[in-house]
Amino acid sequence: MDIDLTRRLFRAMLAARQYDRKAASIQKQGRLATYAPFEGQEAAQIGSAAALRPDDWMVATYRDAAAMWMQGYPWPHLLLTRMGDERGGSPPEGVQVLPPSITVGAHMLHAVGLAWAARLQGSDRIAITYFGDGATSEGDFHEAMNFAGVYRTGTVFICQNNQYAISLSRHQQTASETIAGKADAYGIPGVLVDGNDLLAMYRATSEAVTRARDGQGATLIEALTYRLGPHTTSDDPTQYRDADEVEQWRAKDPLDRIRLYLANEGAWDEEWEAAITAEAQEEIDRAVEEAEALPPLGPEEMFETMFAEMTPQLVEQQRWLLASREGPT
Amino acid sequence: MTVMNMAQAITDALDIALTTDPRVMVMGEDVGRTGGVFRLTSGLQPTHGEARVVDTPVAESGIVGTAFGLALAGMRPVVEIQFMGFSYPAYDQIVSHVGRIRNRSRHRFTAPMVIRMPYGGGIGAAEHHSESTEALYAHTPGVKVVVPSTPYDAKGLLLAAIEDPDPVVFLEPIRLYRAVKEDIPGGHFVVPIGRARLERTGDDVTLVAYGSMIRDARHAADVLSEEGVSVEVIDLRSLVPLDVETLVESVEKTGRAVVIHEGHRTAGFGAELVARIQEEALYSLLAPVQRVTGWDTIFPLKRTEEYYLPDVNRIVQAAHRTLEG
Repeated sequence: MDIDLTRRLFRAMLAARQYDRKAASIQKQGRLATYAPFEGQEAAQIGSAAALRPDDWMVATYRDAAAMWMQGYPWPHLLLTRMGDERGGSPPEGVQVLPPSITVGAHMLHAVGLAWAARLQGSDRIAITYFGDGATSEGDFHEAMNFAGVYRTGTVFICQNNQYAISLSRHQQTASETIAGKADAYGIPGVLVDGNDLLAMYRATSEAVTRARDGQGATLIEALTYRLGPHTTSDDPTQYRDADEVEQWRAKDPLDRIRLYLANEGAWDEEWEAAITAEAQEEIDRAVEEAEALPPLGPEEMFETMFAEMTPQLVEQQRWLLASREGPT
Repeated sequence: MTVMNMAQAITDALDIALTTDPRVMVMGEDVGRTGGVFRLTSGLQPTHGEARVVDTPVAESGIVGTAFGLALAGMRPVVEIQFMGFSYPAYDQIVSHVGRIRNRSRHRFTAPMVIRMPYGGGIGAAEHHSESTEALYAHTPGVKVVVPSTPYDAKGLLLAAIEDPDPVVFLEPIRLYRAVKEDIPGGHFVVPIGRARLERTGDDVTLVAYGSMIRDARHAADVLSEEGVSVEVIDLRSLVPLDVETLVESVEKTGRAVVIHEGHRTAGFGAELVARIQEEALYSLLAPVQRVTGWDTIFPLKRTEEYYLPDVNRIVQAAHRTLEG
């Protein structure tokens, strides 16, 4: 990978970590609802998303803010999704990223349909989808991989195997030796990648994206990584894993690894990192301010977004709610 | 004008949609090569090609979830679920994604798609093949639920559903697929979604039904009119949105109502209809509203399905109860 790109992606990983820590910290202050941190998974997300074209589709989950941001989903929108404001689900026009999926597994099928549509429309746009090791036990994982195989859709499946689905360890999740190996069952290639290696993630995803764009079909990438934090801010991971294990993975922090690489290449120094960290901090602080400055939606609004045109039932329900807000008369 | 039964009318509507709108696709189990288990998509694949009339793997969640992705990207998929009783694996996609995306993205992403489901009993089918669980879908925010009872309405409502900017669950009464023929216009026309149809006008009692039950309601009305009872029959045609106005106007006139469906009784769609009638027309009522429904049992198999299905006797008796008061 070109050294300038590597530096740019290192900066993106730093920004993502700033975001993640900021989000977890303001959650503690009650400014966000439950938050699902991704610390430790920055290389898996940034490295894969960097391989995309801006018009490619992305269908990701509540733990994939770094990947979504790389593909154009603004930080304030990502924060809004966690602040309990549906406008977070509405990225600006041109951003081809669906709002984060909260249910586990069902969304992979959407990436199959999106990529299929692109081909029918004569476009070489592809669709990438992110999910965790837990999602591979859902029936929809099987159905999505199967449909992608049968119709050779240009879908890239990124499984961030972060070793735990809430409390369930990877070995309790599946008896398969690897998750990548499951791809064999669907006639598509499966690739096992060191998910904490930015360069490896970028390279493997670029190859999968090229295959998808060239009409050669889907790829499953298993990014072997680790969730350093809790499942969500409501979770206590000490109940199901040892501190030793966390420390072992802490030593493989993807940020440290790419920093070391850049330093060896003579492309890193402390001053630069301090500067880009400050920049990122400012960017994230601004995003928090922007998201928090948005006044809450009015009571009329939810009725107006169910259909293109409100049904008579929604019109009357909206009227009743508005009347009730006037007081008990 | 062409004489067609409901099955032919649906095929015709699909053919017209595929011909006039390049975004339209038909997909489902066995819909291509064999034309579907009821042969409603017969002839479509040879005419429109394998890319647009697509045989899918046997996976309802996969079909609906993939179609959802296609719809998000600007296609107009028309999905066939082989029988309503097989739709439940796809229910998660419908309730968790299809019906939600416009709301959760504040109009940024939409899923205009149609999910066709043959429903209902009366043909002595195997277990799971006679379900009538429309209340599940009517209870699901963000999807419209449409149920035709005539060939004309089936064609016009299906074309309207395909052109609708939002997802539509389109329920097709299996029993009526080939039951009657009528003269319907060739070419394109739509029947607007959300408007009930007055099947027959009368002054003494209103029978409210939809889909497969319209035929039984009509027969019951014949019996009642021989007794000198003047019966109004409303064909709802659409459960979501619901044409409450037509319903209330009729009950205000007749003062009596019987609501009829073959779905299970408890928390069935009839409960909603009775609630609406009492909310808006209580003081016009001369008698309690009656429900004639399927039972809270598993739909029985061939030899006993007649015990389950609402029939003329049950409808006439219910109407009599409203007239006793």
